[in-house]
Amino acid sequence: MNSIFVYCEIEDGQVAEVSQELMTKGRSLANELKCQLEAIVIGHNLDGIEKHIFPYGVDTVYVADDKRLYPYSTLPHTSIVVKLFEEQKPQIALMGASSIGRDLGPRVSSALHSGLTADCTSLVIGDHFDKKQDKNYENLLYQIRPAFGGNIIATIINPDCRPQMATVREGVMKREILDPKYKGKLVKLDVAKYVSDADFVVEIIERHMEKSKVNMKAAPIVVAGGYGMGSKENFQLLYDLAEVLGGEVGASRAAVDAGYAEHERQIGQTGVTVRPKLYIACGISGQIQHRAGMEESAQIIAINTDPEAPINSVADYVINGDVGVVLPKMIKYYKQNTK
Amino acid sequence: MKAYKIIVLAKQVPDTRNVGKDAMKADGTINRAALPAIFNPEDLNALEQALRIKDSFPGSTVTILTMGPGRAAEIIREGMFRGADDGILLTDRAFAGSDTLATSYAISRVLKKMKDVDMIVAGRQAIDGDTAQVGPQVAEKLGLPQVTYVEEVQKIEKGKVFMKRRLESGVETVSCPMPMLMTVNGSAADCRARNAKLLMKYKHAKTVTELQNSNEDYLHLYSDRPYLNIPEWTVNDIEVDQAELGLTGSPTKVKTVENVVLQAKEAKVISSADSDIDDLMRELIESHTIG
Repeated sequence: MNSIFVYCEIEDGQVAEVSQELMTKGRSLANELKCQLEAIVIGHNLDGIEKHIFPYGVDTVYVADDKRLYPYSTLPHTSIVVKLFEEQKPQIALMGASSIGRDLGPRVSSALHSGLTADCTSLVIGDHFDKKQDKNYENLLYQIRPAFGGNIIATIINPDCRPQMATVREGVMKREILDPKYKGKLVKLDVAKYVSDADFVVEIIERHMEKSKVNMKAAPIVVAGGYGMGSKENFQLLYDLAEVLGGEVGASRAAVDAGYAEHERQIGQTGVTVRPKLYIACGISGQIQHRAGMEESAQIIAINTDPEAPINSVADYVINGDVGVVLPKMIKYYKQNTK
Repeated sequence: MKAYKIIVLAKQVPDTRNVGKDAMKADGTINRAALPAIFNPEDLNALEQALRIKDSFPGSTVTILTMGPGRAAEIIREGMFRGADDGILLTDRAFAGSDTLATSYAISRVLKKMKDVDMIVAGRQAIDGDTAQVGPQVAEKLGLPQVTYVEEVQKIEKGKVFMKRRLESGVETVSCPMPMLMTVNGSAADCRARNAKLLMKYKHAKTVTELQNSNEDYLHLYSDRPYLNIPEWTVNDIEVDQAELGLTGSPTKVKTVENVVLQAKEAKVISSADSDIDDLMRELIESHTIG
């Protein structure tokens, strides 16, 4: 049975969280398909990196280590992944829906003529019967994602082309070490055989990477605002509440598009997925893409003037009212009744 | 000074950001008629970057290339109102059902036929699919280097384009030799508004099909003013392998489409009255959810 591959991203010499999540998911898919889980790591100074990869249940780690391979650039990474996939013929390939995975994935899929589904929210193994060809396909990867503005959920399959490729955002899948002592095999690739000089035409002149100041994933309380907040100024109320409660401020895509909040605060399918203890949705209608990023929160309060808002269907408490009225009252009560 | 030939890849998309209650029909399918069709937002950012290069290098040309149904000619006109020189509408039933790979293949065949293209500029992604795949796939099919997430074209020097990229965790400045393809981020400069003179000049620009279906009184205009004719290309105008097009050329298939049905759970509904808010806050504090 052909393997499942995960493209492992490296950040500051560490395996990126999204890649750890994909290896966790990859392991469970591999168990179901009774196949091997493999990973490819491309970068520089990667000695010992496999020790951080095997514990996720990875059977083989391929490492391409060369100083020209870090930081990431499209062409050399594409060449290595494409050639390795041609040799190993994986049935499934997973990448993070990050600025790297979304640059690399389509390029690889085009070179291999294989299908790629972006931003999947769920990956499941299943069968498919094609009526036209009267043909049954077993054990396909169902790539599930909302589409068309969140009004539909599409299940995408790649019946004939391999690998079946999918990208998944950070935070969507759970991250879990399988066995700290899991024994895998390390394969060091001869980089010169995989890249050519022509792959290095794009030159990185300057880089300023900074860890995001906003850490919504770790926040126990998220106060999120939507388009219904009405303005950037009104968003200040959310910061006020988040500050007294010790939480972080998030936003829906509509609010980010309207310029009420920075992009890094966006919650949902094309933003961050959060699972806080308490999620307070203010002026958010709650399209499925947004709900996909927050519905696993332990408790949800929706504050909205629209009693029909879709967000209400996932909420534990619905406050029918104006956020401009409700939030100051919450702040006031909290300040008066806690130390 | 050198002039550049720039192609902007653009898409007409349903405005999924403003989906109203009538967006779904009673049978659960999408009511496309209820959704306004717009110029994909990030493709407008792409157009602006292209127009800025044209401003800095007089004699450069900006051509809009779009694939879609006949009505997609609307965005070519829109682009011309804002400064594009011309456009091509790629339209054919053979393209129906294309996934990103089959779309990229068709678009790459048009670009292959156009000679001496220096830069292909596309929006990062379209709001109807959010895949961000067509740009890189077109680049791969043409064997061109790609630079994604571009926020600003800083300069062009000695055959190289210098760009600032906006990534999730920072910024990167890169150079890339031409010919090349870039995709432009929504964080890039907004597109300039329509220009009144260009609006007057191009408002009657039409594709052949639009002309045939219209009651245009001044048909002679279209031979007197060739710039009013928006070229319409079909599969017959490009060299293609038919098996690579449309549904058959698409490795990904839609197995099922589920309409979103909200499963309401029992929510406690309260008002914004002081007593209600106070009760809620007390409950949250007592359960140690907050505090």
